[in-house]
Amino acid sequence: MKLNERSLVFYATCDSPADNAGFLYKRGERHTAYHRRWFVLKGNMLFYFEERESREPVGVIVLEGCTVELCDSAEEFAFAIRFNGTKARTYVLAADSQAAMEAWVKALSRASFDYMRLVVRELEKQLEEMRWGCRHGPACCKARPLGMENSLPALPVVLPKENGCAVWNNAPSVDQLHGAAGCDGHTNTRPLPLPPHRRASSGDAGMAEISEFCRLHERYGQEVAQLRQDWQLRQHQHQP
Amino acid sequence: MRYNERELLSLSRQPAEKAAEILMRVPKKGSVLKKRLVKLVVNFLFYFRTDEAEPIGALLLEHCRITKEEENVFSISEFCIRFIEEPERKYCFECDSEEQCQEWIEALKRASYEFMRRSLIFYRNEIQKMTGKDPLEQFGISEEARFQLASRKQ
Repeated sequence: MKLNERSLVFYATCDSPADNAGFLYKRGERHTAYHRRWFVLKGNMLFYFEERESREPVGVIVLEGCTVELCDSAEEFAFAIRFNGTKARTYVLAADSQAAMEAWVKALSRASFDYMRLVVRELEKQLEEMRWGCRHGPACCKARPLGMENSLPALPVVLPKENGCAVWNNAPSVDQLHGAAGCDGHTNTRPLPLPPHRRASSGDAGMAEISEFCRLHERYGQEVAQLRQDWQLRQHQHQP
Repeated sequence: MRYNERELLSLSRQPAEKAAEILMRVPKKGSVLKKRLVKLVVNFLFYFRTDEAEPIGALLLEHCRITKEEENVFSISEFCIRFIEEPERKYCFECDSEEQCQEWIEALKRASYEFMRRSLIFYRNEIQKMTGKDPLEQFGISEEARFQLASRKQ
């Protein structure tokens, strides 16, 4: 099977940050001798070089569908990358110290694309639930209001924390995250009208005043949330 | 470069995010469009002869650009994959329809590990800002290097 090898070499050697790197001893396939190699983990690819300064990796282990476990070996601080299947190879590696071994085992067991995807989907789900839950449930209103940093455009006031019905509809939808490249990025220079000044959590507020406050708060909150969303998307768009 | 071919073969047999028979041209001199079974699994794009069980090859989709092909006046519904270190070499794919073409472009753009990582960091920050809590704590992975915003300089 052909692989886009040059691209793989580039991925391995370019200056994108590695998820872990260091010397490990790798046990040979046929002979049980260990060879010291420089290992670089990027994403779900574990590259290994003859020397730290080598221009090209000797090889790569694709880390999908494997388990990483400690193993019984005469060699100290040994662990194994095990794949399923009858003829599947098990890679036995050994670190220089307990700490290094633990760091590698942790890093490798979470290296698969599948794992990353699971976590991303879970977070997506949480965000969506927060967004929709906010519309319908009072429980979410305990969420802190967003920090209104000075860098955000045209935000005149920090809204009080005490309120019964703030709705922070600012979670980006999946489409917006993926469509960030399409954002036109123009700055919103329309200033927000200042909300009526009120002291926070005044015990004297009558029911009518509270509902009026809630209504206004909700309205301004939505404008603020939209501004913030735009700003977030622009920030995200500027990241390469 | 050595690689664990057996595992890659096994990966090529997994259920795909996307698979279709489309015309493909590799960046080789004299190469022409050929019908291939193209299969996207995690961050690999496998391509098979339509009647074979083992792929001819696989493309790791990191540090690449997926674009609609506009150069050729005759190239409708065509997209290309270019790798960053060799931008003049391109893998071209001709789809049955504009819609299919767009779907593949979108799917391939999101197929890299690095894209996943950026999404994760983005969602993590959003949730943290809304709730004041780090959503990765429940997984016990808050300190993982790969999920840190600060370390990602590209």
